[in-house]
Amino acid sequence: MSDAAPTPDEAEVRARWGCFAWTAENETTAKSMIGRYPPGREHSAIMPLLDLAQRQVGAETQTQGWLPVPVIEYVAKAVNMPYIRAYEVVSFYTMYNMAPVGRYHVQVCGTTPCMLRGSDDVFAACKQRGLAKGRTTPDGLFTLTEVECLGACANAPMVQINDDNYEDLTFDGMSAILETLASGGTPTPGPQNGRQTSCPEGGPTTLKYMAEAQA
Amino acid sequence: MLDDKDRIFTNVYGFQPWNVDAAIRRGDWDDTKGLMSRGQDQLIEDIKASGLRGRGGAGFPTGMKWSFMPKEPKDGRPSFLVINADESEPGSCKDREIIRHDPHKLIEGALIAGYAMRARAAYIYIRGEFIREAETLFAAVAEAYDRGFLGKNAAGSGYDFDLFVHRGAGAYICGEETAQIESIEGKKGQPRLKPPFPAGVGLYGCPTTVNNVESIAVVPTILRRGPAWFAGIGRAGNVGTKLFQLSGHVNTPCVVEEAMGISFRELVDKHGGGIRGGWDNLLAVIPGGSSVPLVPAAQIIDAPMDFDGLKALGSGLGTAAGIVMDKSTDIVRAISRISYFYKHESCGQCTPCREGTGWMWRVMERLREGNADISEIDMLEEVTRQVEGHTICALGDAAAWPIQGLIRHFRPEIERRINEHRTPLAVAAE
Repeated sequence: MSDAAPTPDEAEVRARWGCFAWTAENETTAKSMIGRYPPGREHSAIMPLLDLAQRQVGAETQTQGWLPVPVIEYVAKAVNMPYIRAYEVVSFYTMYNMAPVGRYHVQVCGTTPCMLRGSDDVFAACKQRGLAKGRTTPDGLFTLTEVECLGACANAPMVQINDDNYEDLTFDGMSAILETLASGGTPTPGPQNGRQTSCPEGGPTTLKYMAEAQA
Repeated sequence: MLDDKDRIFTNVYGFQPWNVDAAIRRGDWDDTKGLMSRGQDQLIEDIKASGLRGRGGAGFPTGMKWSFMPKEPKDGRPSFLVINADESEPGSCKDREIIRHDPHKLIEGALIAGYAMRARAAYIYIRGEFIREAETLFAAVAEAYDRGFLGKNAAGSGYDFDLFVHRGAGAYICGEETAQIESIEGKKGQPRLKPPFPAGVGLYGCPTTVNNVESIAVVPTILRRGPAWFAGIGRAGNVGTKLFQLSGHVNTPCVVEEAMGISFRELVDKHGGGIRGGWDNLLAVIPGGSSVPLVPAAQIIDAPMDFDGLKALGSGLGTAAGIVMDKSTDIVRAISRISYFYKHESCGQCTPCREGTGWMWRVMERLREGNADISEIDMLEEVTRQVEGHTICALGDAAAWPIQGLIRHFRPEIERRINEHRTPLAVAAE
């Protein structure tokens, strides 16, 4: 998450995360991740392992997780990589959080195709709910990040919240999603205007029999 | 308009399931062994004859790229195929549809392409943000292993081939082939100096070819229906079908497969539901994803959407991602937001890009408000020329071109803003 300052490696962080270790399930997953790469190339597994570690931290803290320094050290050791090389990877890729995030990581795309379709309204809906870029709400529920193109431009504007995309948003649509999440519900992912994925609104212009076969 | 019978991606919208049984009903994995029995050299010849050009943006002939791979392993080094699913170019959203709705086309293509170029294994590099898409892909690969389509004696061909999925973690630059290789090796994704090219020294120091998802996913269908079928669609040198993406100010944004060379007008009228407010309301189009220069309305409307047609307009087909802007668009802001994107995504390796992208964005932001001097337009143009071509990879060029396009076509608009911004100051001074 590029909008927030990294959390430094201080005594408190070390006390909480110094004894981080894989859960039994993740231990198995980690082994299979390393197994995807040729022998002697276990460095390649650093990216999936960091993601796994971040998810484990998330599960333990009821958030979307982050990577405290002791956790990065643990993962680096798992693939025999110097800590600094692992840290380089963490700080290079935007999906590794270097500071804690909330339970819902609201990642609004602000790049031109979404901007043209009204991402300003999506940000306005976030602001109205008290979300601010790079910050977590005081109740620990939402962290807002403006992200660069997430590759769903035909369904712009869109937001990624945790692992799901919500597409074809409006001010009201985004407000409703945040409201549902805040009240403990689960909004339906995908296009919010009822259309089928990236099919033109109102029905397909091609391959109509595929849609009819479904019905 | 392309006939339905000539469409390759018959499940592009996911009306049908993606799983292997549904894929087989759609014609995938049909006698893959038979296709492979044509032999490696013949497969490469067939792809060359089909005229397929890379679908990732550069449009390099795919068959020729494959032919650069060594025919015999050198000093015991295996070869690798890397499939670029790091779709991050603003405007592009086609590979996502292939991965989540038709993953078996990609997997079958990977096997055939990997076999043709004598690769031992393939890695699919999928961008980290495609979380659900990656779940589908992992599951589809597992299905293919279960059916014996991958692994030892893949699809009964006698050839051993493995396919792995590698998830990225949020870095546009990893769509550049050597940065992608670095990333798979577990490093930060900074492009390598070339030469050596990946076909000589790529992943783990071994010969490697990096291909776009769409380039690989169309291969099985081309081979089944014959290169002449594919080569017969579109215009000479720009043949075949292509997934087009329409975003921005069209009435119904969508992804759709069409013939190469379809006119922009037909594409938008047939599939995009027309321009918002009608054709007279069209301002400009970025025809190939954010990296290519914009084209003003008058030039794009009847232009053919293919590599050479758009090159002739000083732009490019790129990933065929049309970002459409109507007359309500703040065009300077639209391009400035693209400049911000490149500033954010610059990997920081080459100084002209690391410093230049930030500098260009800051000037663009001032031009947006008109808080600048007329002479700064030329200065900005000159700086884009200093970034362009002076970096290891093409990100520097990609950051420069949209600005150059803006200045080329919308200089009066920028000047108007500067003059309007100045007027109140002059009045106040009096």
